[in-house]
Amino acid sequence: MKSSRRAFLKLGIAATGSAALFSPPAFSQGAAARVVVVGGGFAGASCARALRQADPRIAVTLVEANATFIACPFSNAVIGGLRELTAQQFTYERVAADGIVVARATATAVDAQARSVTLADGARLPYDRLVLAPGIDIRWGALPGYDEGAAAQMPHAWKAGEQTLLLRRQLEAMDDGGLVVISAPANPFRCPPGPYERASLIAHYLKTKKPKSKLLVLDAKDAFSKQRLFQAAWAELYPGLLEWVPLSKGGNVTSVDAATRTLVTDFGRHQAKVANVIPPQKAGRIADVAGVADRSGWCPIDPVTFESKLQAGIHVIGDAAIAGAMPKSAFAANSQAKTCAAAVARLLAGGTPSAPKLINTCYSLVAPDYGISVAGVYQPSGGQLADVPGAGGVSPTDAPRATRAAEAVLAEAWFRTITGEVFG
Amino acid sequence: MLKVIAAAIGSISIAAVVVASAEPPAGAAACSGCHPASTRVTSPVLRLAARDQAAIVKAMQDFRSGVRAATVMDRIAKGFTDEEIQAIAAWYAAQK
Repeated sequence: MKSSRRAFLKLGIAATGSAALFSPPAFSQGAAARVVVVGGGFAGASCARALRQADPRIAVTLVEANATFIACPFSNAVIGGLRELTAQQFTYERVAADGIVVARATATAVDAQARSVTLADGARLPYDRLVLAPGIDIRWGALPGYDEGAAAQMPHAWKAGEQTLLLRRQLEAMDDGGLVVISAPANPFRCPPGPYERASLIAHYLKTKKPKSKLLVLDAKDAFSKQRLFQAAWAELYPGLLEWVPLSKGGNVTSVDAATRTLVTDFGRHQAKVANVIPPQKAGRIADVAGVADRSGWCPIDPVTFESKLQAGIHVIGDAAIAGAMPKSAFAANSQAKTCAAAVARLLAGGTPSAPKLINTCYSLVAPDYGISVAGVYQPSGGQLADVPGAGGVSPTDAPRATRAAEAVLAEAWFRTITGEVFG
Repeated sequence: MLKVIAAAIGSISIAAVVVASAEPPAGAAACSGCHPASTRVTSPVLRLAARDQAAIVKAMQDFRSGVRAATVMDRIAKGFTDEEIQAIAAWYAAQK
């Protein structure tokens, strides 16, 4: 079986090279094309389902280590006490019901030449095309003093789950009048507006429950997503409570001491009662193992197919990919997943994928009834995904509170819709 | 042998047509990030499937020109040409 499959694939490659007219798709001779998707988040689960929708003949295996997915969007509301973590949890029953084999396992190796994925138990999954959607890994050690042990004292909460609850418990346990510090990393990182939404919802918690407290945001940047909107809202809602310190004013955190919850910058030291360190990140580990991550730690891709620029037959989507102007967001991951699935289905059928258009819309809550958004439309240009000129942008700076309230409602509707599409 | 090849080519071209007709045009797949594809989802954002083609086109053009007030659709509609809007509207109108 295996050798005949190999022989067929070789034949296929030879025939494609010699006769463009008769380009044998992976489906001929009754063999089902096999696609393995690694990672069951917004990108991977979306892609697995979109592949089955694009062509039900494709045999899709989704490799995911966890039985339950915990969504990051809206996890800042969990930290701020507005929502429970259970509202963030999703399972893979509906994904499996689409005829997708859900392998609850960790992918440990990829052989790009032999086209197979090895799982932790040694099992090998052969593929015709591989989609990697591994999300992010924390770049442990990139910030001196911040390792996995330190994260138990100063949570990152940048992967939703126990870390989210830890940060919430620390805020709940803090006495009124305490200093809370958030450290935000340099670009690129998962969810560009995330640190500022988090700052907003922690400020909302403090204003409501512990109004003598103070929140300091130490930033490794001088600019951030939706900045004017956030800052205008902070001035209106949280004056004197929330202070943002940019890079140029000494915001860059150069080391931390977990034992004393101290964050050190070039300009001084801040001893926090609660410290949330959002550390530097990189593509999830399997990207590095598969050889699709470059020296930046992220994965360069073709903007039409999301195929890796470093390894043929491997596609990378979601936060791990270098997607040009597209931010690392759940909406973008889902949009990329559907584009990638259509391209993979076309390629497996012997066709040529057409140029896609992708969308991103990201809502942030500044308060429970105060939402703001950024949107973008993207297309391949010069080998990258670029903004479509004239499209996209952020909510108007002069919008009335009714618009902010409407966007808060739309934010929650978006979460229900996207999680419904991906997991429901 | 010739018959086998002819049959293979025949089945491929049929498959290609099926895939091409089912495949959403550029941009269409992204809409369901906010516009629910599933009837199980409750949202103030309307479903696009089976909606009148001309109504989708008009809405997109009005969002793009600013005639119709919007939260995000004005910013998104500006990213699409008339031809793309027509194709997306036709595809959604044909969905169940």
